[in-house]
Amino acid sequence: MNWFDNWALTLAVFVPLVGFAAVLVWPKADETGAKVVALLTSVVTFAIGIAIMFEFNYSSSALQFTVNKSWIPVINSRFHLGVDGIALPMLILSMFITILVIVYSWNHFPEPHNPKAFLALILLLEVGMNGTFVAQDLILFFIFFEIVLLPMFFMIGVWGGPNRKYASLKFFLFTLFGSALMLIGFLALYFQFGTFDIVELAAKHGVGLSHTAELLIFGGLALGFAIKVPMFPFHTWLPDAHTEAPTAGSVILAAILLKLGTFGFIRIALPILPNAAKAYAPWIALLAVIGIIYGALCCLAQKDMKRLIAFSSVSHMGFVMLGIATLTVIGINAAIFGMVAHGLITGMLFFLAGSIAERYETRDMSRLGGVLKQAPHLGWILGFCAMASLGLPGLAGFWGEFPSILSAYQPLAGISEATFRTFMVVAAVGTVLAAGYLLWMFQRVAFGEPKDEFANAHIHDVHGPEWIAWVPILALIVAFGVFPSLLFNISNPAVCTSTAGIAKATSAPANDVPKCKEVPVVAEAPTR
Amino acid sequence: MNPSVDLHAIAPEIVLTVGLVVLLVADLLLPERSRWQISRLAPFAVLAALVPVITLAVSDNHSRVMFGGAYVVDNYALVFKGFFLVVAYLTLLMSADYITEGDYYQGEYWFLLLSAVLGMLVMASARDLISIFVALELISLPTFALAGWRKHDPKSNEAAMKYYLIGVMSSAVMLFGMSYLFGLTGTTLLSGINVWLMRTPAMPLAYVAVFLTLVGFAFKVSAVPFHFWAPDTYEGAPTPVTAFLSVASKAGGFVALLTMIFFGVFPATNAWQPVMWFLAAASMFIGNLTALRQTNIVRMLAYSSIAQGGFILAPLAIAAEGSAKQSAFGAVVVYLMLYALMNLGAFAVVIAVARRTGSGAISSYNGLGKTSPWLAISMSIFLFSLAGIPPLAGWFAKFGVLRAIVDAGTPWAYALGVIVVINTVIAFVYYAGVAKAMWFEEPAETPAVAEAGSGGGVAVATRPALRTKVPAALGAVIGVCAVATIVFGVYPQPIAKLGELAAQATQLVL
Repeated sequence: MNWFDNWALTLAVFVPLVGFAAVLVWPKADETGAKVVALLTSVVTFAIGIAIMFEFNYSSSALQFTVNKSWIPVINSRFHLGVDGIALPMLILSMFITILVIVYSWNHFPEPHNPKAFLALILLLEVGMNGTFVAQDLILFFIFFEIVLLPMFFMIGVWGGPNRKYASLKFFLFTLFGSALMLIGFLALYFQFGTFDIVELAAKHGVGLSHTAELLIFGGLALGFAIKVPMFPFHTWLPDAHTEAPTAGSVILAAILLKLGTFGFIRIALPILPNAAKAYAPWIALLAVIGIIYGALCCLAQKDMKRLIAFSSVSHMGFVMLGIATLTVIGINAAIFGMVAHGLITGMLFFLAGSIAERYETRDMSRLGGVLKQAPHLGWILGFCAMASLGLPGLAGFWGEFPSILSAYQPLAGISEATFRTFMVVAAVGTVLAAGYLLWMFQRVAFGEPKDEFANAHIHDVHGPEWIAWVPILALIVAFGVFPSLLFNISNPAVCTSTAGIAKATSAPANDVPKCKEVPVVAEAPTR
Repeated sequence: MNPSVDLHAIAPEIVLTVGLVVLLVADLLLPERSRWQISRLAPFAVLAALVPVITLAVSDNHSRVMFGGAYVVDNYALVFKGFFLVVAYLTLLMSADYITEGDYYQGEYWFLLLSAVLGMLVMASARDLISIFVALELISLPTFALAGWRKHDPKSNEAAMKYYLIGVMSSAVMLFGMSYLFGLTGTTLLSGINVWLMRTPAMPLAYVAVFLTLVGFAFKVSAVPFHFWAPDTYEGAPTPVTAFLSVASKAGGFVALLTMIFFGVFPATNAWQPVMWFLAAASMFIGNLTALRQTNIVRMLAYSSIAQGGFILAPLAIAAEGSAKQSAFGAVVVYLMLYALMNLGAFAVVIAVARRTGSGAISSYNGLGKTSPWLAISMSIFLFSLAGIPPLAGWFAKFGVLRAIVDAGTPWAYALGVIVVINTVIAFVYYAGVAKAMWFEEPAETPAVAEAGSGGGVAVATRPALRTKVPAALGAVIGVCAVATIVFGVYPQPIAKLGELAAQATQLVL
């Protein structure tokens, strides 16, 4: 399988591009053909992903399937791809969600219809998402990171809700500003270390940089990533974008695009500038817990179901960022788990919000009610996802939140424990609020009798494409909830190496690194 | 010094001059009804001139110095000669149908256009105050006439008049500055000026001279606050001429600026760096903020080109700091080339759309994505590329600018970097505004209301055939520019390499 080792990632990134081109030039009259091409493309891409999973060496923390070819020699930037335990779950998730989104859209494309363009944009998004997760060169990373902007801009702007023009522009401007500062940060790294290669840069741990320079560069990178996550106070684009985006767009946005930001922290900002990461850690954690509480409180004030889920993303991504800010093995493992869990659960919630809005033609929760009576399957799935999202043990959401809170008990040595323990308590309060707003949403939407205006409406229960799109997600939510080690075992070796590097560079005793090799990290997280 | 002339080195200029003469004679001798054939002749003259540029590029001798150092054919000169000829060729293709369809004099159009191109070829090689001045005038004078080409249209007259008056005034200011430089240094050779400035301690008069000379160039590249002529001229001139002005003529001004700064006045850092910093920042901010308010696409592109000029000036503002000399030079070269691609393409689409709607209003782009998707896709590519969104070529241009800025690494440089970032964001708003009109709005003439009124069902769209055919030559320009914009965005190495080759010229100067 030597051939496969060399080409797998290139194919994983560029097969969707081929599909994009094919869909674009497909005759406009033949809509089914375009749909089939798009679906086939995403399935083939996913098959490559599955093959990568089979070939992947799970005990190694090294990059695998690496490609390292000349790209722009003048600026010493290379076409360097590679995947490790941190990137693999995200890569697979991105491929997986893409298929489901295409299946879900199969028969009900939002106005103004035009499935050909819609599917082409989804495939283009996939190019950017897959590419970002496997890029090992800063400039390549930047390009892929930016590729997702235009398709999402058009998706919100053309297929979105009433306020789509404002939302699409706001989404773009926020991200553009952040990524431009990020690019300056990349360039500053280049002139200090003479390379854009993430692996080489991470091996140097920022040695030789003055402390001020390191803080400034980290600030630039962190701003770019934080806007994408989005962290409080840069989150204001998110509720607008989510509310206006079509269902498919919301799902991709929630499930994958937000993770590009957190992934950027784990892949680039922390390993390359560990000392600055340590200096910033309390501040990042502070913003993270503010995000947790603020997002949750905003949820409690929403009338629009989709907007509520959007704010719940702000809250949940706060847990992920809190885990990252601890700079510990547990924290970062929890963050990766949280990214996957949030991708599945919130993606699913957006699917449900879209389906409910399509049936009732409103997302206003004061007008909804009694979904359980009119469409019991839909109602129960909503209940299930609300439970998963609030972190019920046994479902995936729990393993993102709980270890993250736990990790705040003891951050990397040298970071104020008192501060983080305070944050831990506040974050724990956040989980209570999460239970509050999710159950409240579920109660208002699903319980009781349908409101008068919909009392006699015929509400279709879950239909074919929806079942096909949703069952795999629901199954995974249970699977990861029951066997969290499925995911922790993938991410742990790479996280251990990365964290050991950070600990060494910040000359902190690697307090929990030795445990890495003996037992899976899960064993450390006591169950409630 | 051997007075003999290296004929190979000036072959491009000779070929183009011969072409010019042939054009004039043909215009004189051909009967009225076959004069349209001249439009076929002009592109051949350009292609023929490209041949010696290529043979020079592959020859071993990459530094041919003539006329006592006043005229140099090195990599830098060759890169720009090739660039100007390619741009000229694309402009000729864009003009072909525009000019033959209007009832204006034809032979002169091609003659004037190619004269300006000849000026640009000379400019690329000029290394002496006088040859720079002559080249600049050779670029300017024909374009004054071209701007007033639609002589029955008052706007075109206004365009030419404004452009002429400002152009003459800027030449005067520049010449005044140059006379001081000559008076102080006793030489018109840039290398001589360079040496003099390096040996002589800072002298106020020298600073005044440098300042005045550069202000003259600032008019040519329409940098704020010397930009007032540009929007009116761009709007009034025939659109292909506007494209030519905003790309080739502007690039000519930038080449003059590059040559002047890097080969001439470089040692007087404090005289030109602050000026360039201010011009860059002001051009970006004023250009972008004014562009936000425009409702006419050509005026919007005019202000956008002022702002883009600011981005191109940015590396010059920090070129003497740190190790930025070479990367700043390369950044300007790369930016000019990529900017030419995207801007020519955008103007080509403007011409194509104006043929159909007869309007330059941004609102006339409403629903273009539905009525002619390929035009809309191309326009989106050009606009987003101008905005600097990867993977379209514009990102690499902006990247080069930021790279030079970070390379310089001073607080002033970083301040400029932040200004570049802020302006990238502002600029996106108006580029996206056109994209929004094309994709998010309904076509103006759509009979949607009538359809809804008739109750749907059997209502067959009685939409008139809006899709007027795009002429082949124009379509080719759009296609070439669009493909190149994508290809150089994904694989910028060739352009980057050209930038690097051109930047080697700076190593020879102390």
